[in-house]
Amino acid sequence: MSAATGSTLARLQDTDLSAVEHARDMGLDDAEYQRAQQVLGRVPNKVELGCFAAMWSEHCSYKSSRVHLRRLPTTGPRVLVGPGENAGVVDVGEGWAVAFKVESHNHPSYIEPYQGAATGVGGILRDVFTMGARPIAAMNLLRFGRPEHPKTAALLAGVVKGIGGYGNCFGVPTVYSSTDFDARYDGNILVNAFALGVLRADAIWKGTASGVGNPVMYVGAKTGRDGIHGATMASDSFSEGEEQERPTVQVGDPFKEKLLMEACMELFAAAPEQGGLLVGIQDMGAAGLTSSCFEMASRAGSGVRIDLDRVPTREQSMSAYELMLSESQERMLLVAKRGCEDAVRAIFSTWDLDCVTIGTVTDDGMVRLVKGGVEVAVLPARELADDAPRYERPFAAPPASPAPAPTWSSIEIGARAHVCSPALAPKSWIYRRYDREVGAGTLLDGSNAAAALVRIPHTQRAVAMALCCVGRWCSADPREGARRALIEGVLRTSCVGALPIGATDCLNYGNPRVPEVMGSLVEGIEGIREACLALDVPVVSGNVSLYNSTDERAIHPTPAVGVVGLVEDFAKALARPARAGDTMAVIGWPPAGPTLDLGRVRRLGELLRAMRLEGESLEAQPVMEGGLVSTLVELARRFGGGLFASLPSWGDAASTLHSEEAVAAAVVLPPERLQEAHQRARVADVPFEVLGALGGHHFVVAAEGAPLFEWATEALFADLEAVIPRIVRGERA
Amino acid sequence: MRARVIVRLKPAVLDPQGEAVERALRGLGFSGVKNVRVGKLVELEVAGDAGLVKAELAAMADKLLANPVIEDYQVEVAG
Repeated sequence: MSAATGSTLARLQDTDLSAVEHARDMGLDDAEYQRAQQVLGRVPNKVELGCFAAMWSEHCSYKSSRVHLRRLPTTGPRVLVGPGENAGVVDVGEGWAVAFKVESHNHPSYIEPYQGAATGVGGILRDVFTMGARPIAAMNLLRFGRPEHPKTAALLAGVVKGIGGYGNCFGVPTVYSSTDFDARYDGNILVNAFALGVLRADAIWKGTASGVGNPVMYVGAKTGRDGIHGATMASDSFSEGEEQERPTVQVGDPFKEKLLMEACMELFAAAPEQGGLLVGIQDMGAAGLTSSCFEMASRAGSGVRIDLDRVPTREQSMSAYELMLSESQERMLLVAKRGCEDAVRAIFSTWDLDCVTIGTVTDDGMVRLVKGGVEVAVLPARELADDAPRYERPFAAPPASPAPAPTWSSIEIGARAHVCSPALAPKSWIYRRYDREVGAGTLLDGSNAAAALVRIPHTQRAVAMALCCVGRWCSADPREGARRALIEGVLRTSCVGALPIGATDCLNYGNPRVPEVMGSLVEGIEGIREACLALDVPVVSGNVSLYNSTDERAIHPTPAVGVVGLVEDFAKALARPARAGDTMAVIGWPPAGPTLDLGRVRRLGELLRAMRLEGESLEAQPVMEGGLVSTLVELARRFGGGLFASLPSWGDAASTLHSEEAVAAAVVLPPERLQEAHQRARVADVPFEVLGALGGHHFVVAAEGAPLFEWATEALFADLEAVIPRIVRGERA
Repeated sequence: MRARVIVRLKPAVLDPQGEAVERALRGLGFSGVKNVRVGKLVELEVAGDAGLVKAELAAMADKLLANPVIEDYQVEVAG
């Protein structure tokens, strides 16, 4: 491929900095700068360097993780689109499919919690509806610093408000939330947003720029100087005191995004007699116009020529550099069929959105940017996108750092402190700030069920989902922690009767240049792989967020895993509410060492699913974080009253209450179905033990016939519900 | 003394409210309108001498009245 004729290209403007210094400033290291020069056969100019820096950033290129991500199982009979597109797509039967993905917006949310979290939701919704899917559910996983850290209260309040604000205005129900607090997230909070949409299995759109001469069109909001270099910022560590020197924060406009989504839906469905108006479409997310141009051209093996003077702007005299790297929200790049421009424009104008032809598809493999009639950048698409650098970074076995087990003066005091800890306390305060029902498809949500369950419109089917990870487990053992993230998702969705059919992961780690951090990432991917293979769950989409560290102190390894399950007849997955007199049992195996047995997980999942669909399990909750006592408290809270539980014969009372090493779940059963349920467990060869019954106004735990403790439920529930509001008010526990 | 704090979005920050107002104005036939930006005006009375009050108002704006990440503010004290 011949390099551009350097003479027509603008030279670097600031003469006091050499090109290599510019490159370093933008986040390219010296070897990458050399490689950029080799790719071009000349010195890149500032616009080109900006494109290199963005495309070769960790955020866009996955350069540190790509070689390891390849190990994840990504195929299966239901998988229609795997990783690499805007979102993964899985077949759910009757001609329907679901598209879903989880993505991080950690750094922006730390700087400006409301807008950072809001635009995180906006970004993931765009990823989903770009595929042709109408969003029907959103989830999030949030990790904040320790409750008493001076920033935690404002970050928590801002992030929750931002997620609620965007999701509620756009009109997607936020159905599941996982929130935890830990000193390891003090300077690096995590905001991971998940979205899921439905589409026809034969109408999937992809981000490809094919067909020489086809118009490249810009649709949506105008471009401003928002978040210039957000992608490279996301690939950078923070230092204390640096917070003031950040680029302009992106501000989201959920009402505009709603219009953009409706316009895209109309566009996807338009002119079926001629096979539609569209060739490909991609969201302008991180690295805005740059990533969409390069990725769409690279996927198609084509090139594009873009006239930057035609890009709609909301500010005066934006430079080529700024236009290419702006991360203004609510924008899409699409390639239409030649001759269809007017029809496309007509659709977007009825939704009050800009729609402008800004370029054409070419066949020379180059992205050519033109401003003021001259080429300001000429770059090969493939070399910047699919052929970006990949590193096999050195990795070392991460140190196992299990959290010390707390010591308590008595079993009762310990259990009470435990269930009222910020990690385990109910997150009602957060859930109440989300619209969980908009769209009228929500059957269950995470505030009151093990997993969310949302109807697939026009069918009897429903999808279950949960988003899980316990960072503390991943610090203790990065592989096992990651395995358990998937295990928890599988068990939770099985509790509501769903068959897990796909997963998406958001791998949040520290600086990959630190061999131990890289080691924990490699181990985490291996853990997800093992669990996916054993449980038949392919990973269809995902995101990697690295450099979550401040002054060399990294977060807990946090591979958040979203599991999506399918229910063929939602009526069977819904049960009557639990009531006084219902029986409570524990199914599964007692604690047996820190490595959970995946074969047992699989059998437990199958049994939970069968018991739910056969009407035996009214309510179920896996024994995971917090152990059995936390599971029992959660069942009492959902029931809204007391219970009596005699502990299973797992060993001494304290470890039975708190151990996180069981493969088990607690279930609530109608007394008249107890025999059948017990028989079902026997046939499945899964241990089954009756614990007690629901009823009364006390939470009573007994061991070996003698009461261990007894709590008045009114006071217990009040204590539980007070935990999160106290953090929001900035009060000490 | 009477004081005013004017808070507005920084020039490069998207202003959805401003855009909505602009669209509505155009819809009413005011076709020449562009670049509408909506800010807010906080009026308050504060005791103390003018120099100190200004510093105090700036602190109020930094901590509460404005979001320094996306907004600029301006303090005015009336004699």
